[in-house]
Amino acid sequence: MPVVYIPALMRDLTGGAERVEVEGATLRQVVNNLDARFPGAKARLCQEDRIRPGVAVAVDGEITRMGMLQAVRPDSEVHFVPAVSGGC
Amino acid sequence: MADVKEFKVVGTRPIRHDGTDKVTGRALYGGDVRMAGMLYGKVLRSPHAHARIKSIHVRKALSLPGVKAVVTGKDLPDAADRIAELGEGAVNLKYLGNNVLADDKVLYKGHAVAAVAAVNAHVAEEALSLIDVKYEILPPVLDVREAMKDDAPLLLPELRTTSLGQKGDKPSNIASHFQFKKGDPEKGFREADLIVEREFFTATVHQGYIETHNATAVWNPDGQLTIWVSTQGAFTVRQQVSELLGIPISKIKVVPMEIGGGFGGKIRVYIEPVAALLSRKTGKPVKIVMTRAEVLEGTGPTPGSYIRVKIGANKEGKITAAEAYLAYEAGAYPGSPVGAGAMCIFAPYDLENAQVDGYDVVVNKPQTSAYRAPGATNAALAETLIDEIAEKLKMDPIDLRLKNAAKEGVRRVDGPVFPRIGCVEVLEATKNHPHYTAPLGGPNRGRGVALGFWFNVGLKSSASASVNADGTVSLVEGSTDIGGSRTTAAMHVAEEMGIAAEDVKPTVGDTDSVGYTDVTGGSRVTFATGWACYEAAQDIKRQLCERAARLWEISSDDVAYEDGACVSKSDPNKRIIFKELAKKLDHTGGPVVGRASVDPQGVGGAFAANIVDVEVDPDTGKTQVLRFTVIQDAGKAIHPSYVEGQMQGGSVQGIGWALNEEYFYDSKGAMRNASLLDYRMPTCLDLPMIDTVIVEVPNPGHPYGVRGVGEVPIVPPAAAVANAIYHATGVRMDRLPMSPGRVLEEILKKKG
Repeated sequence: MPVVYIPALMRDLTGGAERVEVEGATLRQVVNNLDARFPGAKARLCQEDRIRPGVAVAVDGEITRMGMLQAVRPDSEVHFVPAVSGGC
Repeated sequence: MADVKEFKVVGTRPIRHDGTDKVTGRALYGGDVRMAGMLYGKVLRSPHAHARIKSIHVRKALSLPGVKAVVTGKDLPDAADRIAELGEGAVNLKYLGNNVLADDKVLYKGHAVAAVAAVNAHVAEEALSLIDVKYEILPPVLDVREAMKDDAPLLLPELRTTSLGQKGDKPSNIASHFQFKKGDPEKGFREADLIVEREFFTATVHQGYIETHNATAVWNPDGQLTIWVSTQGAFTVRQQVSELLGIPISKIKVVPMEIGGGFGGKIRVYIEPVAALLSRKTGKPVKIVMTRAEVLEGTGPTPGSYIRVKIGANKEGKITAAEAYLAYEAGAYPGSPVGAGAMCIFAPYDLENAQVDGYDVVVNKPQTSAYRAPGATNAALAETLIDEIAEKLKMDPIDLRLKNAAKEGVRRVDGPVFPRIGCVEVLEATKNHPHYTAPLGGPNRGRGVALGFWFNVGLKSSASASVNADGTVSLVEGSTDIGGSRTTAAMHVAEEMGIAAEDVKPTVGDTDSVGYTDVTGGSRVTFATGWACYEAAQDIKRQLCERAARLWEISSDDVAYEDGACVSKSDPNKRIIFKELAKKLDHTGGPVVGRASVDPQGVGGAFAANIVDVEVDPDTGKTQVLRFTVIQDAGKAIHPSYVEGQMQGGSVQGIGWALNEEYFYDSKGAMRNASLLDYRMPTCLDLPMIDTVIVEVPNPGHPYGVRGVGEVPIVPPAAAVANAIYHATGVRMDRLPMSPGRVLEEILKKKG
């Protein structure tokens, strides 16, 4: 099952848990299932059914640009990190 | 795989294709654009750092002979308060529009308020003085910590602090707060035998590109808008102008001219929409070229910051815990690179317990823009604490770093796990370099080392490559060439086709000539645009094999492309080299064009280290850099000269942060050194030759093993210089730049 690493500022929703296993083959499914288990999680991470501006998602260490459509494998790790823009 | 592949072109140093044009002055920059009937635009900028605009009267300006049009913020369609993805990141369109031409408030001295188009620049300038703007002056706030106070003047009354989707309930200059936490930092500090803690203050600095911003726009009566511009990304200019002016992207063509530097500062639009509006009003081409003062006061520098770092280690030199607090000045609107700084600050180390808090804070300074590894140079000052721990434990500073170095499989503080990286190899190359053990050779001298990390990015790139009948290839790609990238792009095609780099003619296309390509930024061009060129070459090879099969009347499955020729797998006597086959395309099916668009994953992060020797004059505090070596993992250097150029350029800019560069503000928020005479960037007279060592730990995510190289060399220099100053003087500097006055002050304090 994919493992979602819970951002520090969202651990109030997960009882302090830093990582949780959540079903899902796409990021949308993972986020929806996370929200079902920890109500309010999706509202923190998403805006209008998209990942919030300023938040980036890394699946298996790679920042995805596929948003909620990103495929997630059963052994994947999902991280939510600040979005970064480049400079040179 | 990259580490076993034999290269013929990759790794060589061909002369750049644009070299002759550049050295003879024939290359065309935005300043060279001239058109019949062209008008000249000038921008009126706010004299106040913070004020409400009560009224703008333009009648007198319009009545001046030679003036053709005036625009203000009212001429911009009302931009929605929404976020748009602009390729290199998300932008709030309302803020973007208000930064281009102020709405009801000006938020920094230099904020654009109105613009004029006239028959020449002198008339336009005179007209600016006739625009009557009434301001209600408000108190400015210029320092990040002052801006965070509850009673600070508020820049944006609607702004609330967001913390991962949760919005604060009262107005604030703090736009956002985030936190990373790994393990149990409190426990880690309890286990430490030694704890060091320091705070740092870094100044606002500018990218300092030599060519100022420029744009020429023609808005035709048929509604077609064309913009010739100096930009790091033609497609993002197209999208920003489309969003701000409310016209479809299909109506806009952006032509990227040659560029005289960008370093992240030529991504956001400033004058492009203004020139377009003036052209629409006048029906004429309108050209705007910024002055240096406008660039410094009106475009995005990189943020000043306040940083606090605490690191604990045991007697064996193992880091047991680390904490950092980073508050970055976003300038007038939210969006500082504090997130990147926070993700980089402890990235070089394998930490079990760590916490990082980041704050994005608005202040009355120009809105910050990206600048080469944005946010990471500030954060890398944590390297001075590593130096301090090494000293207190009597350990070699590189051994201490090696003991804690990040490697494949290590989980970063922000969460993701590192793939194959070259942190250890960079440190080992640093330790083994003769510079590291060379005698310093005199008094008041010291040597410092530091290590830095940058992520690099991939993003989208496109390329098309046409085979010519004379056995050459014309390549069109979409990346503004800042550091020699059109040649490295050509080298990918040449490598795959088995021809010389000189036989591939690269061109940077405009937005109507090449597929979508993201900005030249994030150290991505050689990685991603190079990859697109690699794939375009594969497309050509597939088509050429079909042509050879047709010539030989065999199945294309029986043909392979090897060493610059099509060969029959079943009959080795059937072989035709690329140049011969190119002559036969007309009779075997017509032209061959290879195409590719990519959005690759597998970006490899990069590490760089510095060894720097300085001599500090104890009477004046002036620091002279005596010797500087930069060691960097490039994965695979496609064109080593350009990699070395990036390493040297980034190092020099980092030394500028360290020793000289700083926006000086008065109490009213006016920058007092808005010229390159007073804003002091290092020149070749200030510095020794920067020695380079390219380490190659191939990135497994790329066909050749490439890692981005453009940004990470600016990350460690400021910390390395600070460490060198300490070893020369015994004072640890906590403020950038470490200018003579500041260093002398600390020396005198130490002497009592």
